[in-house]
Amino acid sequence: MTDTALSVSRSSVERRKVLADDATARLERMFEIRGFEERLNALFATGAIHGTTHLAMGQEALAVSLAAELRPTDLVTATYRGHAMALALGMSPRAVLAEIMGKSEGSTGGLGGSMHVSDDDIGLLPTFAIVGAGLPVAAGAALAFQYKGDDSVAVAVFGDGATNIGAFHESLNLAAIWKLPVVFLCDNNVYGEYSRINLTTPIEDLHLRAASYAMPAEVVDGMDVTATRAALARAIGRARTGGGPTLVEAKTYRFAGHSRADTAPYRPAGELEYWQERDPVKRAREELVAGGASADELARLESSVGAALDEVIEVVQALPDPVVTDMFNNIWTPTTRKADS
Amino acid sequence: MRFRQAIVAALEDEMEADPSVMVMGEDIAVAGGPFKTSEGLLDKFGPNRVRDTPISEMAFTGAGVGAAIAGLRPVIEIMFMEFLGVALDQLVTGAAKMHYLSKGQLSVPLTVRASVGSGTGFGSQHSQTLENWVTATPGLTVVTMSTPQNAYGILRAAIQSPGPTMVLEPRNLYAVRGEVQRGAAGLVELGKAEVVRQGTAVTIVTMGQLRTSVLEAVEASGIDAEIIDLITLAPWDRTTVLDSVAKTHRLVVVEEAPESGGWGSEIVAAVTRELFSSLSAAPFRITTPNVPVPYSRALESRYLPQPDEIARQLTQYQSTGTVPAPWWVLEGLSK
Ligand SMILES: Cc1ncc(C[n+]2csc(CCOP(=O)(O)OP(=O)(O)O)c2C)c(N)n1
Ligand SMILES: [Mg+2]
Repeated sequence: MTDTALSVSRSSVERRKVLADDATARLERMFEIRGFEERLNALFATGAIHGTTHLAMGQEALAVSLAAELRPTDLVTATYRGHAMALALGMSPRAVLAEIMGKSEGSTGGLGGSMHVSDDDIGLLPTFAIVGAGLPVAAGAALAFQYKGDDSVAVAVFGDGATNIGAFHESLNLAAIWKLPVVFLCDNNVYGEYSRINLTTPIEDLHLRAASYAMPAEVVDGMDVTATRAALARAIGRARTGGGPTLVEAKTYRFAGHSRADTAPYRPAGELEYWQERDPVKRAREELVAGGASADELARLESSVGAALDEVIEVVQALPDPVVTDMFNNIWTPTTRKADS
Repeated sequence: MRFRQAIVAALEDEMEADPSVMVMGEDIAVAGGPFKTSEGLLDKFGPNRVRDTPISEMAFTGAGVGAAIAGLRPVIEIMFMEFLGVALDQLVTGAAKMHYLSKGQLSVPLTVRASVGSGTGFGSQHSQTLENWVTATPGLTVVTMSTPQNAYGILRAAIQSPGPTMVLEPRNLYAVRGEVQRGAAGLVELGKAEVVRQGTAVTIVTMGQLRTSVLEAVEASGIDAEIIDLITLAPWDRTTVLDSVAKTHRLVVVEEAPESGGWGSEIVAAVTRELFSSLSAAPFRITTPNVPVPYSRALESRYLPQPDEIARQLTQYQSTGTVPAPWWVLEGLSK
């Protein structure tokens, strides 16, 4: 394999850095995320992986935009629908896939699985499988940053459905009264599991919920990298400079079903097609071509990313499983030996 | 029928029998439930009685408490037991205290169902059994199930109960098939254990998905064990268990939970206190190690006591009268 951004030899921090100033690198990462999720879907279908998975096809622009705006020293809490975020923030496809396949090389040694990828180097906490659970934790990390006089920022990424759970409201309120350096990033992909937002929530414009916490809000087309970056830059900048929290609502769409078994029969006719027109990968590509990039070169980039991913899959499938003693690892007790620091 | 269909059948029969029974939960109506445990109910009973909720466990569990006090018999579905964490107050501190705090005036005929347990590859935040979240609460009945028949019977009994009942459903069993007798004859009495196999050599107390593993282990080892499936975990059936141990003089509890703090400790403590002088060996528990449920398929299958491990421990216990070490001690992996 050539030393592309996919290579394990690139650290997650380096993989993050390339996104800030290079639109082609951002598109390449979006190809990677899309290709990763598509291949994962196929792998699950063959039974090569057990358990469940939650794909984020359609939500690539948001992940890449956030990664482009954040520093690796900032902290992110994300969800079980976390592969796109993990790849965008810098984790290698190999590390993410190894975790999903329960291999010992995975980010938690195969003990966590698809819902719990993480990378301490880039501030990605093990992703949260309980809806809403990441919001108070992000607020708490922001409290620590504020306390220490550090200009880092915490970001909680969560879905539209999570805005109906107590943790959302409690966290926004707490962050607002303490002016915490946190960004609440709602990935409004229209669905919570099998239910369209209108069936569970009286409003579809979730940024409006910020008003009751006197919190600034942004609403943005989450399928558009440029617009999403701009909104996130304002929110992150506000947090970094003592301006307190912001609720950012990114309008996206979940192209896949909720989880592996779900074919999304409940979608209204035409809805998927409407959003596919706005496909973030397609749009980012068109934007680059409009700016003078060669369409052929981008197509070549896309297929080389795909080929690299195929190679990663082969490599990861051959990796060893954890051994039985590994299930006893990293369970904190008061007598656990302190890690060297 | 399948286990999950037995649950649908219980809900259906209770809804037929009592118009105040209604069900609420995430994606339980239109989609028929994430595990298809309410399939067809919406069509049959309509949206007033079969309700999809937002992702708001605290609100709909608490609403279940209020609705129960005000005359309904709500059945709440908590998709994975872990999600009860955000609603526990409403059940443990709320529902379970109402009768007590009203001088017995109020009753809370609420049923909270949750899927529990390991074996399905959902990882450490979606595979716990967590009985001990709910078993230390006087006033709350806690039940579980192990066959399509007792799933049907105990769920109906829970819904009929005038008090709050927590129903723990082993998720790994939802696809299992078995005969189910519907109607009054299929009911299971709350608080009554099921003697699965009669025997004289040792009493084995278990429940949930481990019942099958215990049966397998007993058959493989040829030990004349009496197997008791608790079904109701709180308050558990002391009479059946104590009578059995009085006869066998030995007790083993096989449970799906980390060794520390598991429900089996309660059984061992009670048996020790009541029957100490008649015991021919120390009672003990076969449990999971003190670890979160690991995701990797290779490890998850090892986490749960397997039939061969149960058989090994039983055989040693029976032949030596000493308490065997669990596999992780034998292999030097943990204490
Ligand atoms: C407290 C809690 N309740 C229910 C669930 C089950 N669940 C997992 S994902 C999900 C839908 C979440 O929807 P949303 O917040 O919009 O995020 P999305 O999945 O669309 O990314 C639900 C209900 C859970 N994990 N935690
Ligand atoms: Mg959503």
